[in-house]
Amino acid sequence: MTAVLQRMGASTLAVLATLGRATLFFLRVLLGVGEMLRRPGLLLREIYSVGVLTLVIILVSGLFVGMVLGLQGYYTLVDFGAEQSLGVLVALSLTRELGPVVTALLFAGRAGSALTAEIGLMKATEQLSGMEMMAVDPERRICAPRLFAALISLPLLAMIFTLLGIIGAYLVGTAMLGIDGGSFWSQMQAQVSFVDDVLNGLIKSVLFGLAAGWIAVFNGYDCLPTSHGVSRATTRTVVVTSLVVLGLDFVLTALMFD
Amino acid sequence: MEITVGAFVAAGLAALFVLAMQVSNITAFQRADGYNVYAYFQNVGGLRERAPVNLGGVQIGRVEAITLDAARFEARVTLNIDRQFNDLPSDTAASIRTSGLLGEQYVSLEPGGMPDSLAEGDEITLTRSALVLEDIVGQFLYNQSAGGED
Repeated sequence: MTAVLQRMGASTLAVLATLGRATLFFLRVLLGVGEMLRRPGLLLREIYSVGVLTLVIILVSGLFVGMVLGLQGYYTLVDFGAEQSLGVLVALSLTRELGPVVTALLFAGRAGSALTAEIGLMKATEQLSGMEMMAVDPERRICAPRLFAALISLPLLAMIFTLLGIIGAYLVGTAMLGIDGGSFWSQMQAQVSFVDDVLNGLIKSVLFGLAAGWIAVFNGYDCLPTSHGVSRATTRTVVVTSLVVLGLDFVLTALMFD
Repeated sequence: MEITVGAFVAAGLAALFVLAMQVSNITAFQRADGYNVYAYFQNVGGLRERAPVNLGGVQIGRVEAITLDAARFEARVTLNIDRQFNDLPSDTAASIRTSGLLGEQYVSLEPGGMPDSLAEGDEITLTRSALVLEDIVGQFLYNQSAGGED
């Protein structure tokens, strides 16, 4: 009994300690912003590997998510004779929820895991210690550009995903299901608000980008410097990012849309 | 690499731009060039802010605000009408209609015949409240039962 309580206490303390380390790490990375802005090439390279290389999966899945949404929405709406509102349904679901959330989940799988594995391997092969020996702060040199690359890339990816989804639904709706293209767009424009829907979706994706980047970079930086530790940290990045994104999404939705 | 990153950022911003212009009604921002008139309704039903204001089925403005007038116990609806329609007769009537059976509610204006026109801050006196379905059904049932007893 005592042993069980002890283990529970120990794991609680371990979680709290990780949270504390993560917060301190985040603050130290924030202090590295100035240095990062003086060397924009580092940030550029990370935006390339984090954002541009994720573009393909975002484009393809955005198109297919929109097509599926168009198909499913049509079958539901046609029962009520409201199939002309398909554009509204698709645009609202994509701008408010699916765009930011699905992009963040895909991002965690494609880019977050790579960031963790990269930094973890740097730690395991003692490259980070080597940098410290040369008086280069790895938190500023390695972590800050990666975190901010995620923060910048995710909103852009989410916007591209949303747009591709709407185009996918439009293609399915007009070419396959015979919806009038004019009313698809005009009803959408009448019902979708820029501030309430598009801008709130953008704010969501910025916060998801921050969360995804922070979790991925911290997990890599904090991992056990062994092959097993790196693999566990990579898994943890994907799991924790997905859970945090979904939980955060609920809180943000409750705050934004009343 | 710099070019691809630039193209990526440009594509993201372009997507946001298209979402703003093509998907959402960002034109609603540009409502500065309109004038406000007020209409009092006993019941606004499901009318929402930013609902369209139509005349002859054509949108000429939006509902700016809906508040309760504490003195009159009536809903005070502020209608923002596009500046180009500044020649509406002062006895124009306003009624709250529903587009379709289950569609959203909007304000419909019917022009009167007075020579002077509505201006900023004027009140529309002729109003017809929203039809509340429950009231109609209740009245119908009441009439039915009253008729059945004869």
